[in-house]
Amino acid sequence: MARDLSYAAVMGRRGEIMKKALGVDYGEFLRGKIAFDYEGMMTKAAYSLDEVRRIQREVGVGDTPLLELKNVTDLVRMTSRPGYGARILVKDEAANPSGSFKDRRASISTYQAKKVGCPGVLAATSGNYGAAVASQAAMRNLKCIIVQEVFDSRHVGQPEIIEKSRKCEAYGAEVIQLTVGPELFYVALVLLEETGYFNSSLYSSFGIAGIETLGWEVARDVRERYGKDPAYVVVTHAGGGNVTGTARGLRKAGAAGSKVIGASVDLSGLHMASDRDFNRKSFTTGHTGFGVPFATWPDRTDVPKNAARPLRYLDRYVTVTQGEVFFVTEVLASVEGMERGPAGNTSLAAAIPLARELPEDEIVVVQETEYTGAGKHPQAQLDFARQNGVTVQRGDPSENVPGKAIVIPERFDQLRMTEMDLDRMRRSYMRNAVERGALKEVSADEVQFLAEDSRLTPGSVQAILQELGVKVV
Amino acid sequence: MKGRCRRGEWVEIHHVILRAGERSRDVPEDTQKVPLEAWIKGWAQSDAAVGEELEIETPAGRKVKGTLTETNPGYAHTYGPTVPELAPVSRELRGMLKEGKSRG
Repeated sequence: MARDLSYAAVMGRRGEIMKKALGVDYGEFLRGKIAFDYEGMMTKAAYSLDEVRRIQREVGVGDTPLLELKNVTDLVRMTSRPGYGARILVKDEAANPSGSFKDRRASISTYQAKKVGCPGVLAATSGNYGAAVASQAAMRNLKCIIVQEVFDSRHVGQPEIIEKSRKCEAYGAEVIQLTVGPELFYVALVLLEETGYFNSSLYSSFGIAGIETLGWEVARDVRERYGKDPAYVVVTHAGGGNVTGTARGLRKAGAAGSKVIGASVDLSGLHMASDRDFNRKSFTTGHTGFGVPFATWPDRTDVPKNAARPLRYLDRYVTVTQGEVFFVTEVLASVEGMERGPAGNTSLAAAIPLARELPEDEIVVVQETEYTGAGKHPQAQLDFARQNGVTVQRGDPSENVPGKAIVIPERFDQLRMTEMDLDRMRRSYMRNAVERGALKEVSADEVQFLAEDSRLTPGSVQAILQELGVKVV
Repeated sequence: MKGRCRRGEWVEIHHVILRAGERSRDVPEDTQKVPLEAWIKGWAQSDAAVGEELEIETPAGRKVKGTLTETNPGYAHTYGPTVPELAPVSRELRGMLKEGKSRG
């Protein structure tokens, strides 16, 4: 009998398709309506740090250089109070085989695919992750399909994403280029069913375990060279995996005092699934359009339980503007001799105002860079923005309006950040938990889970539940 | 020939995955009004003209049918022209560093 490929039918089979395509039975970890055994999942359905390091060494992933940005640090000190301006270091993740930290994620899911005997790997992503999966698949002689959201209904594509399509095709992957819409996930499900490939999800425990080495290496290298832990580790935040994996790695290295600070590009007001808005945004990742919804409700992905749970790990969350990120991309190239990004430089843009908060003897680590290329470049992206009716001008970054005006700062001292209210996001998480779980009453164990998952105290969780009309039994 | 492909050539095909009325109810109104379309590249399994239906074999070995859009498709994305708002940044910052360092 032919499979029913209608949207509703395929989405209805989602659970069984995923179970087969990941080889993980999430039922084993569920505890009640909302709660699940997160650490159990990260232990049983993943690999230990030592195993991850071994797997990554096999394929040339990780152990990337940690570089001190001496000129950027000087510029920060020139624009700080006397005695302030922490040293800024950057982990040059562009040195990974496919040019970004995403190789860490892809290396583990691809290893797992090979181990369980899948003929190929599949990922639905428009970001660097596609190239990472395609590159790892090439190394392990696996077939690869990447499903990307590339075009609006006029068949006009973001130059940044077209470059990512090219890179996947260069690594021998089949690339399916789609128009805008979250149904890319539906397309991925149809293909997983058809091919029996492994779901190289960004959000599986395998993928997240792969990033732990990044945080672990940062702690090891900073200690070895400077004899202390970094005060801040700044992480570009989108889906939450980068924050989660890095923070877990820092903890595993014992760097509990290092603050984990997420940074996203402010794209507030633009709808991620809108055909019209699609080409009015100049960043396709690292932005609030992912950063906020994935933090306030992680379980909105292609896996039943998302291993990326940023609220558990974020000490602070800040935003910067598109113009500021393009400006610091130019800074990194012209005073440090490193042409990287742009999207991966979101955390660098935030690190500059963050370093001004700290005395000179402290250390701020920017934990990633990404490769740059045609299309994936400030000139290409700003030119594209202009063609799509967005104004590009110099001025004060506060004049930036997502989708309308990109403002390139006039001076280095204008680089700023906006602090996001994490407590508000925690409340929003609680509302989502209650609505999505249709909660009427919860057990004490579930209160404990919600507290750990949102980093609220059990007392605050109970108070919020009460406000939302949910009983604790 | 630009408007045709021969069997075995590297081509791109197009097909509609979900028509306007079949889309997820979660997508915004402007997206509801347009179809979900796909473009895939692979090797032509027969001769065809642009606009004709054709089967391809993808790099993953799948056989997929669609309408031929292009033979030997390439990439036209570039580094773009100089952006006047960004071009002076390098000189400004190097000047700032030089001045700062001369002040000690």
